[in-house]
Amino acid sequence: MAIRRVRIFSLFERFWHWGQMLLIVMLMITGFGLHGFHHWLSFEQAVTLHTLSAFLLLLLWAFSIFWLFTTRNWRHFIPTVKGMWQVLRFYSFGIFQGEHHPYRKAYWRKHNPLQALAYLMLKIVLFPLIWISGLVYLFYFLWRDIPHASQLLDGVALIHTGAAFTILVFVMIHVYMLTTGHSFKEHVMPMITGFDDVDLSPEEEAYLLKDEPGVIR
Amino acid sequence: MRSFFGHLLAILLGTLLVTSAQASSGQWPTPPATKPPDQVSGPLSGGTGDHTKYEALKQPFSSGPEVTKACLSCHTETGKHFMKNIHWTWEYRNPDTGQLLGKKHLVNNFCTNARGNEGMCAQCHAGYGWKDESFDFSDETNIDCLVCHETTGTYYKTPNSEGSPACSVMFEDMAPIDYNLVAQSVGLPQRANCGTCHFHGGGGDNVKHGDLSSALTNPPRDLDVHMDAQGLNFACTACHITKSHIWAGSRYRVIAKDKEGTGKPGERRDVATCESCHGNEPHPVDSLAAFKLNDHISSVACQTCHIPEFARGGVATETDWDWRTAGKTRNGEGYHEHGYTQGNGEERYTYKSIKGTFTYGENLVPLYRWFDGQMNYTTIDTKFDVTKPVAINDFTGSREDPRSRIWPFKRMTTWMPADMGNGTLVYNHLWGQDEDSYWGNYDMGKSIAHGMKQFNLPYSGEYGYVETYSYWPITHMVAPKEEALACSDCHADDGRLENVEGVYMPGRDHNPWLDTIGIIAVLGTFLVILGHALIRIFSTMKNKQEQH
Repeated sequence: MAIRRVRIFSLFERFWHWGQMLLIVMLMITGFGLHGFHHWLSFEQAVTLHTLSAFLLLLLWAFSIFWLFTTRNWRHFIPTVKGMWQVLRFYSFGIFQGEHHPYRKAYWRKHNPLQALAYLMLKIVLFPLIWISGLVYLFYFLWRDIPHASQLLDGVALIHTGAAFTILVFVMIHVYMLTTGHSFKEHVMPMITGFDDVDLSPEEEAYLLKDEPGVIR
Repeated sequence: MRSFFGHLLAILLGTLLVTSAQASSGQWPTPPATKPPDQVSGPLSGGTGDHTKYEALKQPFSSGPEVTKACLSCHTETGKHFMKNIHWTWEYRNPDTGQLLGKKHLVNNFCTNARGNEGMCAQCHAGYGWKDESFDFSDETNIDCLVCHETTGTYYKTPNSEGSPACSVMFEDMAPIDYNLVAQSVGLPQRANCGTCHFHGGGGDNVKHGDLSSALTNPPRDLDVHMDAQGLNFACTACHITKSHIWAGSRYRVIAKDKEGTGKPGERRDVATCESCHGNEPHPVDSLAAFKLNDHISSVACQTCHIPEFARGGVATETDWDWRTAGKTRNGEGYHEHGYTQGNGEERYTYKSIKGTFTYGENLVPLYRWFDGQMNYTTIDTKFDVTKPVAINDFTGSREDPRSRIWPFKRMTTWMPADMGNGTLVYNHLWGQDEDSYWGNYDMGKSIAHGMKQFNLPYSGEYGYVETYSYWPITHMVAPKEEALACSDCHADDGRLENVEGVYMPGRDHNPWLDTIGIIAVLGTFLVILGHALIRIFSTMKNKQEQH
């Protein structure tokens, strides 16, 4: 086994991540503005930006879902308990003792078990919750005439806002986690350059050196 | 004389008129430009006759009915048509509620009742001579054509009966009417014609409606975008379109939500709704916001956003009237007090012995409520609890009702006389030559007893005052689009629709539980992160110290 610099985040994946980040920040700011927490934008501007950002994010997600399944990258997010305990122990104890992170990225496992589970939950629970409720909300004009539509909208708004709070909490933890390694920069750079230290098997290393020389340094 | 003046004006204006050189040279005399451009009267325009040329209108006239006879000699069917309309009957049977309405029957919370006071009030009846029950509603020559159709502004009406001597002096010494002049001037009704009565409902300029004032006679664009004298210049009948002298747009039976819009191509829809011209997708979809606005029309009346305030243009409306203070005299005579200077500089009475105390308002934000278009009236025979405020007219409506939308209203509050024993409104005998009429004699007990007895109505003999409300849908004084409400006028805490129920409005509505939990979760996360980070920093320092 050898630690090598390997490109684990393809160009599309990095574009997805940063595009998604920008859109989510935009949605957070405009969304909480619409909710009445601040008045940095007029309601009209906030609605316009919120809706446009939402459509762009949905488009991005459509591409990313296609990408995940056609490139087999979805397998990175299969949940596993293997190594979970060590990671949990590290964040709640070892990190204070100056220990190193117990997880080594593998070529087909670029996220640690906790990370993979968190991202999976984000993808299959939190994001669908917010975009489905958002679309139902947005297309209220199509179902406004069904009985008790207004009360239903109340519930939809509740789900949408609840999901938004949860995503904000996720973002806070996600950003904080970047500080938990050697440096903030070290955690951010892979998502910019695509390269990170990966524990390669001799076969993977040989394969990459021969067939994908641009992916390994 | 008129023709000479016309030529003079035509010559003066000739140099300014934007006409082709061919048309303006060598074709004198051009048609005289005696009047400002005609107002736009909907589908009716132009005309095929010149009333200055009709022999019937050149004969000597000494009274209004003689002019009417001349009108009817050509307009043979108009009398029959006219007699069906509410300007003539002052009576309206609501087909949905069965209530008998109209000025002939209703009690309002301004001057209270026209019934029994027709000698004064029927100045605004489109007829001649209605002073009591003996008026002949079947005589076509009693129709007053001139009040609506003459365009010189020199025609006027006086009360049909003398009233108390104290009152009748007000109408003496008025210049005689030149009937030939006014008869030959007739045209489609201009804003000033309708305004003679409709701008002055309730006893003065804009007193009643709040959105109908003399400021609309010649309004600028920012007061009313449709009636704008320099712009679209709509006459009232451009929207209140007319078929055989029946007008669209009744306050007794409002179309609160018009789902038909413009109708089929070329179809004429006899309604006065905004949608009948602007359609059901009135905002051009050039932005996402415009698309959302078009969604809103299901729940929000056009007027709600497009009439941000009423009683604009410098003319105040009355918001509060107190009859309890009426009847004070000085040296045995009634008097009045100024006390309010309105936007256009005119003084308004804040007290009149004959009516009581008034409160005025201008540029007022309307009251907003769900409205299904159906007004229900407290009529002379309705019993109510005299200890509580009484709604002279009221209405229902809700989000779940397909006919309802959120509408703007003026709410009038009045303390007015009532039969405290029976718990009903009263007909008050205000106008008359006798000893009982309130205006002149100032004895409320006598005037009410007279008014009730005159129509064989039960009266306990015990009068008092009740607090009343009346609601006036706001639909005129449509502001230019750039002055329409912004989203945040309603989508906010303490916004304009703060008290409107049945809708979830982002920006206004929050689930306090969710917000609390959400804020605790976010702050909690922040604290956990902070704690985690501090322990890390602390333990790292300790480890380093140990290493040294």
